[in-house]
Amino acid sequence: MKVLIPGLLRSYTAGVDTVVLPDHVTLDAALRDLNARYPGLRFRVVDEQDAIRPHIKMFVDGELARRLDTQLAGSAELMIVGALSGG
Amino acid sequence: MAARKAPTVAAPKRTTLLIATRKGLWVLGSDAARRSWKLTGPQFLGHIVHHAVVDPRDDRKMLAAARTGHLGPTIFRSTDRGRTWKEASQPPAFEAGSGRTVDHSFWLAAGHASEPGVWYAGTSPQGLFRSTDSGASWTGVKGFNDHPQRKAWCGGDQDGTPDGPKLHSVLVDPRDPKHLYIGMSSGGVFESIDGGADWAPLNKGVKALFQPDPDPPYGHDPHCVRLHPRAPDRLYQQNHCGIYRIDRPADRWTDIGAAMPKSVGPIGFPMVLHPRDPDTVWVFPMDGSDVWPRISPGGKPAVYRSVNGGKTWQRQATGLPKSQAWWTVKRQAMTADQAPTVGVYFGTTSGEIWGSRDEGRSWKCLVRNLPHVYAVEAA
Repeated sequence: MKVLIPGLLRSYTAGVDTVVLPDHVTLDAALRDLNARYPGLRFRVVDEQDAIRPHIKMFVDGELARRLDTQLAGSAELMIVGALSGG
Repeated sequence: MAARKAPTVAAPKRTTLLIATRKGLWVLGSDAARRSWKLTGPQFLGHIVHHAVVDPRDDRKMLAAARTGHLGPTIFRSTDRGRTWKEASQPPAFEAGSGRTVDHSFWLAAGHASEPGVWYAGTSPQGLFRSTDSGASWTGVKGFNDHPQRKAWCGGDQDGTPDGPKLHSVLVDPRDPKHLYIGMSSGGVFESIDGGADWAPLNKGVKALFQPDPDPPYGHDPHCVRLHPRAPDRLYQQNHCGIYRIDRPADRWTDIGAAMPKSVGPIGFPMVLHPRDPDTVWVFPMDGSDVWPRISPGGKPAVYRSVNGGKTWQRQATGLPKSQAWWTVKRQAMTADQAPTVGVYFGTTSGEIWGSRDEGRSWKCLVRNLPHVYAVEAA
């Protein structure tokens, strides 16, 4: 699967804007894998109660995902973006 | 060779100010005379930096509490005086399943001198966290975060001040690492004598005019609480409802704001203590009348100093704008250095840094055009 990294998280990925991961069944699993590669990234976008932070949006194959148990189909594309908010 | 006699007066020392703003961190460094200043930065550009502090036990070490508008809260730490920074591997966070989330880490405080790796962080909403590895990882202080009375003391996580309810003013008694005080907006001042395992309110004598009961045991709004490092039984607080002093073991605060001029009033955010004289303090009044404009009263900013523990106050405004200056100073944005003639500094909501190298008698604008200043710390 492919993860599109927004500019606001590229300090974690050393500037890389697209990360290829093995396919994962859930959004949660994909984010944990991403965090293992780029420590600290997950907590910036997901809070301690496993909720996606209010000013972060995640799209799976173009569909807005609101929960971490969102199922991923095959080689999904995950797009993480900063919402049009945040100040 | 004859033994050299140690100087009796401390040599002039450069002052470094860490300036935490709504859009990043800047550092302002002086020459030995504190006449010439050089600004460097920004670091963490775009981050909301609520607090940045130098470790008083090892001045190579710094911590900064940051988040962005989009990204969650974290702590950055440096071991080379801010040249490089590393993110905490486990930033302050409430326990999974607790239903609570840290919006931002607000206040950073070094632990006791005998515990060199210990730090405390106060968060919004009110939470207390501790690190024993110089800020790399943080765990909740269960004695506070899980205290059965915590919700009664603090109210709900959505209650409180405009930027969110906060735990601030984490104070460690220099005589005893287990003796702690905290301030909460809202909640009040609380004390622990067992390293944070249990807490008791310490609010007698403090007004809470926004409550139905004007003298409740808790639920107050201290804006900034300070403990004097050389007289640790003396504490001061700038509160939402006045200025107070306490000399422990007394358990009742004395209202020292009543002596402020009526036209200025006793409301403000910061409280600054002289590093050596427990009777000398500075406050920065703001307009807390009618709808709480939270700006300098009348657009005429002024520092007020007391040299007698709050019995009387003197206006110190020489060099500050005489009119049409509608900024104020947040609770962490005013500080003092350790120089023989103490330097006092503050940062404004309009992005200016002002300094006095003569204990507040005269003021000079050191920097303009920064973002909204949240915190200024001297080292």
